[in-house]
Amino acid sequence: MSMEEKQNSQTFQDFSSSVLKPDKEETIAEVIKHCYKKNIPLEICGLGSKKNIGRNFQSQKTIDLSNYSGIIKYEPEELYIKVKSGTPIQEIKKALEKKNQHLAFEPTDFGPLFNGQTNEGTIGGVLSCNFSGPRRFKVGSARDHILGFRGVNGRGEIIKSGGTVVKNVTGYDLSKVITGSFGTLSVFTEISIKVLPKPDLTKTLIISNPHLKKGLEYLGVALSSSCDPSGAVFYPEIFQDKFTFNDLTTKGPITAIRIEGSKLSIDERIKQLINELTVDKKEISILDPEQSNIFWEKTKSLNVFSNLKNNLLRIIVPRSEAFDLINKLKIHSVNYFIDWGGNLVWLQLDQLNSSILKEIKTIVKNLGGYLTVIKVDESLKSSIDIFTIDDVKYKISEKIKKSFDPKRILNPGKMYTGI
Amino acid sequence: MPKVDKSILSNKDKIILDLNKILKSENVLSHEDEIRPYETDALAAYKQKPLLVVLPETVEQVSDILKYCNKNKIKVVPRGAGTGLSGGALPLADCVLLGMGKFNKILEIDYQNKCVVLQPCVTNLAITNAVQDKKFYYAPDPSSQIACSIGGNVAENSGGVHSLKYGATTNNLLGIQVVLMDGTVTRFGGKTLDSEGYDLLGLMTGSEGLLAVITEVTVKILKKPEVAKAALIGFSSIEDAGQCVSEIIAKGIIPAGMEIMDKALTKATNEYSKAGYPVDAEAMMIVELDGTETEVSELIKRVEDIAKKNKCSSIKINKSEEERLKFWAGRKAAFPACGDLAPDYMCMDGSIPRGKLAEVLKEIQTLSKKYELPVANAFHAGDGNLHPLIMFNANDPEQLRKTEEFGSEILKYCVKVGGALTGEHGVGIEKRELMCEAFNNTDIKQQIDIKVALDPNSLLNPGKVYPILRKCAEEGRVHVHGGKTKFPDIPRF
Repeated sequence: MSMEEKQNSQTFQDFSSSVLKPDKEETIAEVIKHCYKKNIPLEICGLGSKKNIGRNFQSQKTIDLSNYSGIIKYEPEELYIKVKSGTPIQEIKKALEKKNQHLAFEPTDFGPLFNGQTNEGTIGGVLSCNFSGPRRFKVGSARDHILGFRGVNGRGEIIKSGGTVVKNVTGYDLSKVITGSFGTLSVFTEISIKVLPKPDLTKTLIISNPHLKKGLEYLGVALSSSCDPSGAVFYPEIFQDKFTFNDLTTKGPITAIRIEGSKLSIDERIKQLINELTVDKKEISILDPEQSNIFWEKTKSLNVFSNLKNNLLRIIVPRSEAFDLINKLKIHSVNYFIDWGGNLVWLQLDQLNSSILKEIKTIVKNLGGYLTVIKVDESLKSSIDIFTIDDVKYKISEKIKKSFDPKRILNPGKMYTGI
Repeated sequence: MPKVDKSILSNKDKIILDLNKILKSENVLSHEDEIRPYETDALAAYKQKPLLVVLPETVEQVSDILKYCNKNKIKVVPRGAGTGLSGGALPLADCVLLGMGKFNKILEIDYQNKCVVLQPCVTNLAITNAVQDKKFYYAPDPSSQIACSIGGNVAENSGGVHSLKYGATTNNLLGIQVVLMDGTVTRFGGKTLDSEGYDLLGLMTGSEGLLAVITEVTVKILKKPEVAKAALIGFSSIEDAGQCVSEIIAKGIIPAGMEIMDKALTKATNEYSKAGYPVDAEAMMIVELDGTETEVSELIKRVEDIAKKNKCSSIKINKSEEERLKFWAGRKAAFPACGDLAPDYMCMDGSIPRGKLAEVLKEIQTLSKKYELPVANAFHAGDGNLHPLIMFNANDPEQLRKTEEFGSEILKYCVKVGGALTGEHGVGIEKRELMCEAFNNTDIKQQIDIKVALDPNSLLNPGKVYPILRKCAEEGRVHVHGGKTKFPDIPRF
């Protein structure tokens, strides 16, 4: 054993094991520094809730951050919480709940999709993947809520950017570029994230209507209305049985619009919205706060695709193109629902192969959007591109990767070959 | 600033000839009188004429200019409307100044996708003007919005008084087209929410013109809230005002805007704009709420109760739209009002945790006595952005020196209490040497590595944001002793 190895073995007791569970920032940095010197590729892992998303890649060791957990500082009046990256979302939510605050971007819960059980993962994982729930179109995504971080780059150096205040333009906004980089640039250690007051109440206006086109029209009116909705989703008829609520008096496809605020204000805005939409009383139901919360919880956790056996794509297009997109994809055997007021399509396909995926990617690209493969048969994974990228951006991303992780040891190939 | 490359200076005629092949000759400016307007931005204490100025009209021209300059190792400084307060568009003696002024058209208004596609030199206010007939608006509203360009807003990640509720530029941006230093033209984002791969849109926003030149911008527009109501509240102590801010937020209210001015500024602006401010109050606060009629009435009542509980000395709620605008007219005239109090003023731009307001203002008062310079304070209380205005006489070099030192001490204190060096004005050249207060060598090196990855020769807006003296962790900040820097051979304007 070399001197260096001896030193390392004294600090992280069990480097020989393939899964390392550091509980301190220094240890994380030490592990990565060691791997940098020895060219050891690493997989970065939290609670594994999104482990299946992304490309398969070769790694020799796993850094499991689940022991690196805890709230460092929570200042409700300053609207931020500072946590260790391995802290479960559940734990953060519980702490925020006590002060009537929340993470407004509603991280997507992929647990039900992959194994039927809720698993919201850790804050580090949520930010690394940047998947945000129904409120996205109103409040922004995870990347809009991170205020600052400390982390370890691929050289094992501790770096930081941002802080705990909302307005900060000191230097490049590294929080943004690391958020959504699937652990390929740096490992988050400490994260400061913006929190917001929870709305007093939530109600949901549900319009039953037979057509996708009409549904999208309603969503469009809602999004451009001053009644300020915070959720806008369309479920086709096939999913009607997934939503049984006392207040839901209609059958068929569901167009749902969420309104949040104080009681008086909600009722007034729903009334206003019904006027703007020019819908008949018979076509609408209004979910009370409790049912409303369940409805959006189900939407956020992709409930209609629980325990899905086959393939799921997440397609983002300008909302004006959603109708066209669905029409063009109908030649395949698909099920879908539309979130973010028409900006996001969750598309389930019975069958997927590389040529079908290529065809869909071209359609999406021509409509000005992009897609991410969320769930696909393992056998297909190695032969398809999970994420989308063009040549110019690939070259730029390669350079950015190199500046953080020159030896490509952090989740190498998780997003793209060579990155 | 980076060392002047003498070979570039002596090659000026050849460079002009070459650039004339890319641009119409009237768009290549080299005569002293033509380039003088470009010698400074809104940080007017610093002046430097560029080698020459180019005014491209197309993206292809921007790309060709950058390609040419990259190949010939010529520095390039991009410039929008030149309203920046941190010297981000300050030219270098051996640079080509890339004036984007001809990119001034709105290209598309897309109500269906609630966005506007525009060229970078359209002014911030012009966006709202273009969509307000349909009751839409563009949220970020820096106080220079009548003149500042959207490209500059992206480069600086500009904020405004509504950032707490509506975010800064970065949160209201959907896409950009950019040209990299090697001439590559590409787009990050588009009309979609979020974009694929690394968030390069987020990285470019606020990068102060060091990573790319912005040639097109797509911004999100919002439906105008039905009503806005403002309360004008006086307090007999800063502490009470600060406590009131914390309590409003703790009670779950997110105002559209929340501004505090100290006594000095309240008095100055009131005399200037006759806004009807409570001039006897130690602190004055404007709280604005927007939304539906019912919601706003409900919330403003709650704000009133919280203010009373926190011992406010006066409270006025606007009875008409006219009166609401009058409340704001005073706040928006705060800077010119200071212009009446002293020959010059320097506007600082730190961010602090809201709860530290009283502590920081107290420190500023102590420093004001130490430097014998009067100061007035404006505070975007909603988002913690503090703007102390130090008043001085620039004709007295000693006062200028003292002012800058005073300013640095304030910003260092902001960092000390958990805030930031700059909330919305950017680092530029103004706060470059203070970067070491916020970051260590490793942090700065990581940022410089990104710069070098995209611009290996460091030709795009060099000398800005990052300290030239790399060992800043050891140096602290560059200390000016008796007017002499430690490195007298490095030019400092």
